Amino acid sequence: MSDLACTWLGLMATIFGLGTVLLRSPVHSALSLVMVVFHVAGLFVLMGAGFLAALQVIVYAGAIIVLFLFTMMLLNLEQHDNEPHMHRYQKWLGFPLGGALLIEATWIALAQANPSETLLGKYSPERLSELGGTAFGIADAMFTSYLLPFEVAGVLLLAASVAALSLARKPDEDIMKAMPDMVSDAAGSMTQPSVQESKLNQSPTERGDNH
Amino acid sequence: MADYLNSYLFIGAILFTLGAFGVLVRRNIIVVLLSVELMLQGVNLSLGAFSTFYHDMGGYMLVLLSLAIAAAEAVVGLAILVALSRHVDEFYVDRLKSLRW
Amino acid sequence: MVDGWDIVILAIKGLVVLALLALAPMIFVLAERKILGRIQARVGPNRVGPRGYLQTFADAMKLGAKEDLIPPGGDKLIFWLAPLFMAVPAATSLSVLPIGPEVEIGRTIGLWVTDLNVGVLLILAMGSLAAYGPVMSGWSSNSKYAHFGALRSSAQVISYEISLGLAVLAVLMYAGSFSLVDIVNSQKQMWHIVPQILGFFIFAASAVAETNRPPFDLPEAETEIVAGYHVEYSGMRWAMFFLAEYANMFVASMLVTILYLGGWNGWTIPGLEGIMGVMWTLLKAFFFIFVYFWLRAVLPRLRYDQLMGFCWKILLPAGVLNLFLVAILRTIWS
Repeated sequence: MSDLACTWLGLMATIFGLGTVLLRSPVHSALSLVMVVFHVAGLFVLMGAGFLAALQVIVYAGAIIVLFLFTMMLLNLEQHDNEPHMHRYQKWLGFPLGGALLIEATWIALAQANPSETLLGKYSPERLSELGGTAFGIADAMFTSYLLPFEVAGVLLLAASVAALSLARKPDEDIMKAMPDMVSDAAGSMTQPSVQESKLNQSPTERGDNH
Repeated sequence: MADYLNSYLFIGAILFTLGAFGVLVRRNIIVVLLSVELMLQGVNLSLGAFSTFYHDMGGYMLVLLSLAIAAAEAVVGLAILVALSRHVDEFYVDRLKSLRW
Repeated sequence: MVDGWDIVILAIKGLVVLALLALAPMIFVLAERKILGRIQARVGPNRVGPRGYLQTFADAMKLGAKEDLIPPGGDKLIFWLAPLFMAVPAATSLSVLPIGPEVEIGRTIGLWVTDLNVGVLLILAMGSLAAYGPVMSGWSSNSKYAHFGALRSSAQVISYEISLGLAVLAVLMYAGSFSLVDIVNSQKQMWHIVPQILGFFIFAASAVAETNRPPFDLPEAETEIVAGYHVEYSGMRWAMFFLAEYANMFVASMLVTILYLGGWNGWTIPGLEGIMGVMWTLLKAFFFIFVYFWLRAVLPRLRYDQLMGFCWKILLPAGVLNLFLVAILRTIWS
């Protein structure tokens, strides 16, 4: 039963993975990636890590790929649906490199036997069910031996959101033009707040006349 | 089959290779980003499998961290995409040659 | 352990969920039109059947008889898949909601289909998948209005998902479990609404926004963009969107009941805990559904910037504050 499920999920994940890479329309690619995410989540459930499966669906399917679709719709990427054919280099380098990587990865993956008893860690399935599920095991590890990486990840997310804001912000021409004046105002003699406000409402040329 | 580490690692390896192939061969920038996510899927699967079979939490923790990093990467990538659409209306990686404009 | 009866019971539970999925929207639609009529000093539907009670059946038959149009120039496959992406997550979330306590009918039966130890997360995951239906339908319809509706909907669902998650996080912290049954059982002494009144309001507002209901119904604002993302749909496909919307409302109401209002906990008659429990759960859920109708009748639609500002500037900081307060309370009281 679980063998069949494993085979099926792996097969479908591969097919949809192929779809992600090969489909011409980016929207189809993204939806095909959603299906890959579902099937990988199914494999997590099969391993007994339901918590990770749920997180996987929430973060990947629910946030990241929706964001991709949102951007595609926002920028109307479908208008650019005339991807040119492959470069010479891509054809001659991409296929052999991809094939080599596949052979290598498969070789390593298939050489990996199930670990022997001496190598096992302390979170056996019995202990996990004693703790109350994978989530509690992860929490146990997260706030003891993995506290620093966890906090660094938080900082990374903050940095990424700030970076995204500053990258995607529309360059506001009015602010850019008003900038020199405002700087000189602040540095110069103290002006009445009301005067400053009225100045900001004026157009740049008028403000230039005031000086 | 479901009880062997091999099978999960094999599926993970296939997904990773497909993703890498997509990064190498596709030229639409959004499909390249999606292929990077596909590679991360393969890696996540392998990490989860190692964690399950070695009775250790390290792999699960790394999956969590990789989720965070995937989110950060997607956000920055898409922000760059939006900025690109503002400046040069071009979404093919081989046509983006200038570093600044 | 698993014998024939277990399978029969599971099949019955599955059928009950399917029946709920199909019948609940029918009742809710009629109730909504009647209640809206009353609030706005109208009569509401009163032609089909006694006092208009068969109106929904007439509507359903009409929808079934309609032609199934596919817009030219759109993406057919995705156009077909979009209604499924709306309805399947709603049905999946229904299957983990417990509607009553464990009862003894020859054996111990829990009044839920499955009690997952990640139940809340599954519902959150299914809720986040709700963004796909609008996006897929809006993109595949090849129509401006559908496109706008889809853009609005995806932005709205992603944003409100965060404040929803923050509110749920506080409940999880308080109950110490991801399982919905455990969460209800942890409210025997005190409902979670008492220490987390702030979280309750955050959750309720986010839930209304997540289901795209007024006053947050920007994605389908009739006066601006006709009907939003499902403007090109007709017949049974449109009915599926409709069904999914009401099923999502039901899920959200049940979730408020389970997370904050104590689920089946309430005054009971000894010996009838099962029936009383189901009654309490449904009563609380139906009250919240009534609140949905009430909001629709009395509140005007928000502007788009107000909608986004409300989420990011009010609900999100309030959610973080709520999390801090609950953490402090939990430390003090335990």
